[in-house]
Amino acid sequence: MLLITCPFCGPRPELEFGYAGEAHVVRAQDPREVSDLQWTEYLYQRSNVRGVHAERWRHAHGCAQFFNALRDTTTDHFVATYRIGEPRPDAAVEAGR
Amino acid sequence: MSQNFRLPTGGRVNRAKTINFTFDGRRMSGLEGDTLASALLANGEHLAGRSFKYHRPRGILSAGAEEPNALVGVGADEGHYSPNLRATQVELFEGLVAESQNRSPSLRYDWAGVNNLIWRFIPAGFYYKTFMWPRGAWTKFFEPRIRAMAGLGRAPRAPDATTYAQRYAHCDVLVVGAGPAGLAAALAAVQGGQRVILCDEQNELGGSLLSETDAAIDGIPAVRWLSETIAQLRSAGSVQILTRTTAFGYFPHNMLGLVERLTDHLPGAASGPRERLWQVRAKQVVLAAGEIERPLVFPDNDRPGIMLAGAARIYASRYGVKPGQRAVIVTAHDSAYRAALALYQAGVGIAAIADVRANPQGGWVDLARKAGLPVRAGCTITGTSGRLRVTGADLAPLAADGTVGASERVSCDLLLMSGGFTPSVHLFSQSRGKLVYDEALGAFVPGAPAEDCWVAGACRGVSLLSEVLADGFAKGASAARAAGGGPVPARSFATTQAPATGGGFAGALPHGKNPASVRAFVDFQNDSTAKDIKLAISEGLRSIEHIKRYTTTGMATDQGKISNMNALGIATDVLARPIAQIGTTTFRMPYTPTTFGVFAGYARGDLFDTVRRTPVHHWAQAQGAVFEDVSLWKRARYFPLPGEDMHQAVARECRAVRAAAGIFDASTLGKIEVVGPDAAEFLNRMYVNAWSKLKPGRLRYGLLLREDGFILDDGVIGRMSDECFHVTTTTGGAARVLTMMEDYRQTEFPELKVWLTSTTEQWAVIALQGPKAREILAPFVEGADISHAAMPHMSVVECRVAGVPARLFRVSFTGELGFEINVPADYGRAVWEAIFAAGQPAGLVAYGTETMHVLRAEKGYIIVGQETDGTVTPDDAGLSWAIGKAKPDFVGKRALARAGMGEGVQRKQLVGLLTDDPQVVLEEGAQLVADPAQPPPMTMLGHVTSSYWSATLNRSMALALVKNGRARIGETLHVPMPGRVIRVTITGPVFYDAEGIKLDG
Amino acid sequence: MAETMARLHPLAAVKTVADAHLLAQGPMGRFSLRLAANAAPAPLGALGLSLPLAPCRAAQSETAAALWLGPGEWLLLTAPERASAVEAALRAELAGQAFSLVEISHRQTGLSLSGPRAAQRLNAGCPLDLDLASFPVGMCTRTVFAKAEIVLWRTGVEAFHIEVWRSFVPYLWELLVIVGAETS
Repeated sequence: MLLITCPFCGPRPELEFGYAGEAHVVRAQDPREVSDLQWTEYLYQRSNVRGVHAERWRHAHGCAQFFNALRDTTTDHFVATYRIGEPRPDAAVEAGR
Repeated sequence: MSQNFRLPTGGRVNRAKTINFTFDGRRMSGLEGDTLASALLANGEHLAGRSFKYHRPRGILSAGAEEPNALVGVGADEGHYSPNLRATQVELFEGLVAESQNRSPSLRYDWAGVNNLIWRFIPAGFYYKTFMWPRGAWTKFFEPRIRAMAGLGRAPRAPDATTYAQRYAHCDVLVVGAGPAGLAAALAAVQGGQRVILCDEQNELGGSLLSETDAAIDGIPAVRWLSETIAQLRSAGSVQILTRTTAFGYFPHNMLGLVERLTDHLPGAASGPRERLWQVRAKQVVLAAGEIERPLVFPDNDRPGIMLAGAARIYASRYGVKPGQRAVIVTAHDSAYRAALALYQAGVGIAAIADVRANPQGGWVDLARKAGLPVRAGCTITGTSGRLRVTGADLAPLAADGTVGASERVSCDLLLMSGGFTPSVHLFSQSRGKLVYDEALGAFVPGAPAEDCWVAGACRGVSLLSEVLADGFAKGASAARAAGGGPVPARSFATTQAPATGGGFAGALPHGKNPASVRAFVDFQNDSTAKDIKLAISEGLRSIEHIKRYTTTGMATDQGKISNMNALGIATDVLARPIAQIGTTTFRMPYTPTTFGVFAGYARGDLFDTVRRTPVHHWAQAQGAVFEDVSLWKRARYFPLPGEDMHQAVARECRAVRAAAGIFDASTLGKIEVVGPDAAEFLNRMYVNAWSKLKPGRLRYGLLLREDGFILDDGVIGRMSDECFHVTTTTGGAARVLTMMEDYRQTEFPELKVWLTSTTEQWAVIALQGPKAREILAPFVEGADISHAAMPHMSVVECRVAGVPARLFRVSFTGELGFEINVPADYGRAVWEAIFAAGQPAGLVAYGTETMHVLRAEKGYIIVGQETDGTVTPDDAGLSWAIGKAKPDFVGKRALARAGMGEGVQRKQLVGLLTDDPQVVLEEGAQLVADPAQPPPMTMLGHVTSSYWSATLNRSMALALVKNGRARIGETLHVPMPGRVIRVTITGPVFYDAEGIKLDG
Repeated sequence: MAETMARLHPLAAVKTVADAHLLAQGPMGRFSLRLAANAAPAPLGALGLSLPLAPCRAAQSETAAALWLGPGEWLLLTAPERASAVEAALRAELAGQAFSLVEISHRQTGLSLSGPRAAQRLNAGCPLDLDLASFPVGMCTRTVFAKAEIVLWRTGVEAFHIEVWRSFVPYLWELLVIVGAETS
């Protein structure tokens, strides 16, 4: 069972969370403006990263908030968790290494 | 037989307490403190099982978790029966009933022993090559027979009569293994002020110290040091000590699974749970799992009476048991000399110590020589004799160039072997820590950890007692520090040292015989031999993972404990590549077999899952309702009167609703309170419908899509005020819809001031439907005018019903005049009963979900999940009228505009079906075709989604999704069924009151 | 006919056994209050307390309790007879700002669990670290107990208040009773 750091509640057991797919998949501001192909990619294309993957979780049985996380899919280790709306923190992490 | 092989003194057994048990029905006795294995040996019994494939007689090989042979079934009755327990780990208790496995009719006379005679024809992988012809013979003929012959124990024949417990726990430092390293680690972690859990699979803490008769630690005998250390840990208060507790799995983020055996060692019907699953989250973990002695691989190395040297010493020193009268020892490691000396001192004759090394030297070797034990250096073993017990060992000189001289048979009833030790890296490997091959040690040891984990003592190759203790203490101190504890000064342990040991061998010993004619076992449990591994390589398998699977070496419960290094040793010889390059196989959890019961835990019977019941449930139960499961809910399906079947009950309920009135428990409907200044805008963006202009007090049917444009859910939504909507969802969709709406609220539309609160369980919902609904309800209503003029179809009012504050919906899912009365749930039962009683003169009946389904189908109302399957658009379902066409956006809108989703495409559309024969009720899911004579594969035009007998129409009716269906109305299609073809006519989906007059009573 | 109807407790049909440490509570006034997460409201006279802003913390007054369940989300508990007065007063106090106040008195029910083994019993199904250092008195959170979602609030060193949706109460109750009967 993973230990996931909720940006609001701190480290909590995976049982309290729901997985919610890849993060930073942007829904067009005005969907009428995008092509069928672009919309199809929005609906169905995901990056399936081997390594650090940006993904969404929800602290469903906790504070109920959705948030984003960077998880290494090869080790299950979380690099970071951050709130919706915050930029993906990879750059800062890379700099800190 | 009564313990003829029990030594007069020594061991940790309680000689004052004799324990009686049976093995294969034979009554025997042992002592308190025995395992089943030590008690059998005390009675002179080595023969303990038959092997997996060849049914060869097998004896007790080890004294611990690695035991591959002595697997037994234990339990006085079927409700308490456990197969495949290792006799070396089964604690003896009064009345224990054990039986051997994989033999018929008995251990001594086993008819399947014929497999041992035809072994040449059943090498590794034989089942991949044989039995594949004729087609079908594998599943019908060969497989059942092979399954009956091969294998381990049998499943219990009755449900498990015991219970299981579970617990989550947290600690700063979890120490796995309470041998010298683990104990020292726990001491240090406690000293660092940490919360510690110390677990060990044995019944006593101590590990190797429990059989340590020679050494002293810090000036006192090791066993006394042990008891003082345990007392010190127990008094610390911050240590939880778990004995009989196996750490079976190491999971991500430092969570370990432990199984604590609570009652298996107790006589009689023990009270309380049998086992407890511990799921421990540790800040830091210290693995002190010890090491496992390696067997040697030589021809016929598997006869009863052939044992690991260290195990024999443990039986003598810990259990006071003499495992034989006359022993031959074959070794590549000094520790076997120590075993020889211990046995010699216990009165066992030592016929020979054959050492495959040309020039063995060292403390124990010297002591053995000094004691006059017959040491044969540069000596190998080429075979053994005996059937149910070893009777002799064939020893032969081994030259430096590997040539084997002439064999000499040395008689014995005990043959001990030692190929050195393999560190128990199982848990470390499970944690995804990297293993590295240590050339000097000849073993894989832990390298870089993947978790917050420290490895101490023998399981990383440290062997000298003083070093093991110091290593354990240092790792415990490091773990404590890393967990946030204070610094702990280093500590050394003075031991009056047993001499150092060394040596080791991995692979198959040279035997000088025709390799095709001998069987030298690598994995006893899986009956795989050196020859099998060579065969696998000769057939082109190179990866050790492939060799493992082809030969089954190290699979099942062994998980490399016994076989891993020898298999690698053989592979490295044949492939001429170093072990470090070949690598090792993956160690999988569980470390030792774990019961299904402990994983199930409390989730059995009524507590298997959360069963949700409505406030009206027990009333319905008392009325004799038949229930069905809808998601986690129990819903009343129909209310049969005495003598009625479902068909009759549903027909009666349907007629009553259409003619008078019915009452229906709709409490399970999902309900979400959508509140805030932007509530209407939020719903505009979620649902296909337009909400801005819906007036407070009015209802609207809402349709919710996924972003891909397909129907996700539906439900009636009421506007309670400008800023408050009462949203209903399907029963099964409640959680899904709320989650999806929260997702959009939080992540896509965070600028909207709106909040969502589940009110599913706040309200009990009583649906009152039928032409007499209003007259039954009216006397209960206060504070609202429910006349048609004041309260038309699709309106809502807040009032009191039966004195209780209520949200009263005028809504219909039956096609009749209808109300849905929402009252606070605690009052649901009382209000229901009051209305039910008051409605009796008018002919009010209670109806269930089956009637609800029929009534709505007569009206062509869809049920999400029945008429929809995740590929149905609003237009497919005939619901495009619900879409707010002027809205710029809503979830799913853009997808509906994609090619293939709308105009000009022949999509499947919702239609009605009437069979030519009105008595025939179609099967839901049945396929529709135009030409029943078309040879398969036939062109399938659609399928039946709902099908019922309609009491109202006095005939059958069905709904279906049919390609281009609306344009086919009036056409005839066919439903091919086994043995017949049913003709149907396509109709519109509304069978009853198409004008909607009945909605107003 | 004003509220003469009988209330039916969600545990009414469950055969309860004597358990000194497990108590099913009677009716209570309950509300889910939502405010913009960045709104920092002044003390609320209707409740006699300030809403706790620290995650997973509860505040209590003589007449009410407010449990932080998420950013901008509080569970309010009052005596049942005060519920409608509290609701009216809160609506008046919060008027002018965006908020959501939804009554959920009947949605869920309360259990209290106490005694020296209370945390241990909870840990049979709850995966949180309930050590006092990690879960101090006054801490509250939504979490899970086996297959049910609960709100867990530590009201004392050896005392917990549990809130659970009504249809999950029998499951939770029966499990806690089983666990309570286990020898530690």
